[in-house]
Amino acid sequence: MSEADGIMRLRQPISVTYNWSAGPNATSHLNGLLDGTLVGKRCPGCSLVYFPPRNGVCPKCARILGDDVVVGPRGTITTFCVVNVPFLGQKIKLPYVAAQILLDGADISMQHLIQECEAADVRIGMRVEPVWKDRSEWGPSLENIAHFRPTGEPDRDMGVEAGAS
Amino acid sequence: MADLCAVVGVGQTKHASCRADVSIAGLVREAVDRALADANIGIDDVDAIVIGKAPDPLEGVAMPELWLADALAAHGKPVFRVHTAGSVGGSTAIVAAQHVMAGIHGTVLTVGFEKQSDGNAMWALSVPIPFGMPVHAGAGGYFSPIVRGYIKRSGAPSHIGAMVAVKDRTNACKNPYAHLHEPDWTLEKALESPMMWDPIRFVETCPSSDGAMALVIMSEERADKHAGPKAWVHATAMRSEPTAFAGREQVSPRAGEMCAEDLWRKGGITNPAKEIDVAEIYVPFAWFEPMWLENLGFAPRNEGWRWVEDGVTDIGGSLPINPSGGVMSTNPIGASGMLRFGEAAMQVMGKAGEHQIDGARKAVGHAYGGGSQFFAMWLVSSSKP
Repeated sequence: MSEADGIMRLRQPISVTYNWSAGPNATSHLNGLLDGTLVGKRCPGCSLVYFPPRNGVCPKCARILGDDVVVGPRGTITTFCVVNVPFLGQKIKLPYVAAQILLDGADISMQHLIQECEAADVRIGMRVEPVWKDRSEWGPSLENIAHFRPTGEPDRDMGVEAGAS
Repeated sequence: MADLCAVVGVGQTKHASCRADVSIAGLVREAVDRALADANIGIDDVDAIVIGKAPDPLEGVAMPELWLADALAAHGKPVFRVHTAGSVGGSTAIVAAQHVMAGIHGTVLTVGFEKQSDGNAMWALSVPIPFGMPVHAGAGGYFSPIVRGYIKRSGAPSHIGAMVAVKDRTNACKNPYAHLHEPDWTLEKALESPMMWDPIRFVETCPSSDGAMALVIMSEERADKHAGPKAWVHATAMRSEPTAFAGREQVSPRAGEMCAEDLWRKGGITNPAKEIDVAEIYVPFAWFEPMWLENLGFAPRNEGWRWVEDGVTDIGGSLPINPSGGVMSTNPIGASGMLRFGEAAMQVMGKAGEHQIDGARKAVGHAYGGGSQFFAMWLVSSSKP
């Protein structure tokens, strides 16, 4: 059976704009982005550095994150995906590489776009650096970085870290 | 100690990309009516109802547990809604079983559903978040880098995912309820399938389905008096961990390993690969079959892909995985975990029809969800522990 059998389907769009309360821990991170600085937080328990500091809590030991730590701007690709599939809301031309990047000084990777090289040349262990948008386009967002590009440095041997967060 | 309980009724819908012939309520009721008929009881015999589904943005209906109470004939009965992302079908069945095991209710009806054609799952799973760069591309975009990590660490050849896909699509042809009935897949053809989220090919991804699965679970006292086959619940286990933390093992999450260890311990299983006759595990992307074989403790680390290559997980193999065709052939997200749990029950009840594994006595149902962070498993058997 289908709509052809006279069963009605209605189109019902819904939409809402939310406010999101950053809290003090994320605020220093977001202020850093407004200034072109990558600011993470160190856990006072395990000393690991989180970037971004998301909820302000260490997901491992559940302590409130402590001091600000400037990380990057260079980093290493831990794993990646070559995206060939279009979907609603997508802003980037296909195909593109979405990579997990472990910024220097951070202990957890974050996802960003890789450009200025062929998708086929992207490797686990590849060293990359950010390319910032024009300052006039900046906001409190990682979108201030247009993409990351290869630095040309030798690859880092990722070993068991390959595919890790 | 918890009381014993058993599955006495299993019912699922015909799954399809778009069940335009029914509302969400109608879809749920179809599975519920079949489960009650299979158990040979009426809705009045049910003491409580536990419902589960994936995130509400998938269909745009908030609190469906309220909206569906009438369709579930829940007047005067307790209704619970469970949510643990993609693992919800499994955790919902466990919550239902635990109500019985705790001695609170004698007969519990549980149902998991998703009507994905009513919304857009790719959108619902890719909503922009304040901390992220919007480069994510649905579940495939999330899991593909993890698959790449598995391939690099295990040295698996690139055709393993396609082998799993062909197996599952072939198995699904033996399951009249499965969404995809595509009998013509060959490995050669599958390897030509386009890369969607490299290294994941199109054929190695699950479909988007409308569907529901319902189970009737009874206490030992009632089940003993109940005619017909039963799936006795020997063990249930759940574990979770945060989506992201420094040094997280993404390929084989620790929470999954802990969940499996707990399941084997509670179920008295010392050699899972030998003692389990068949398993229905949550494989939304084909590569997750070898990855979960290892995470569950069936196969040694980095060896899961060899089991696929050697046909161990085929219907005729020593450990058939997903004889129903699995998530790779049917994926109504909120129902997918319960389909795994229910198909495992059907195997030990001898009700799996053409995809029945001969002599199946012990079976495992497995589900995972979120960023591989919620795990739910149960072990069912044709006989009491």
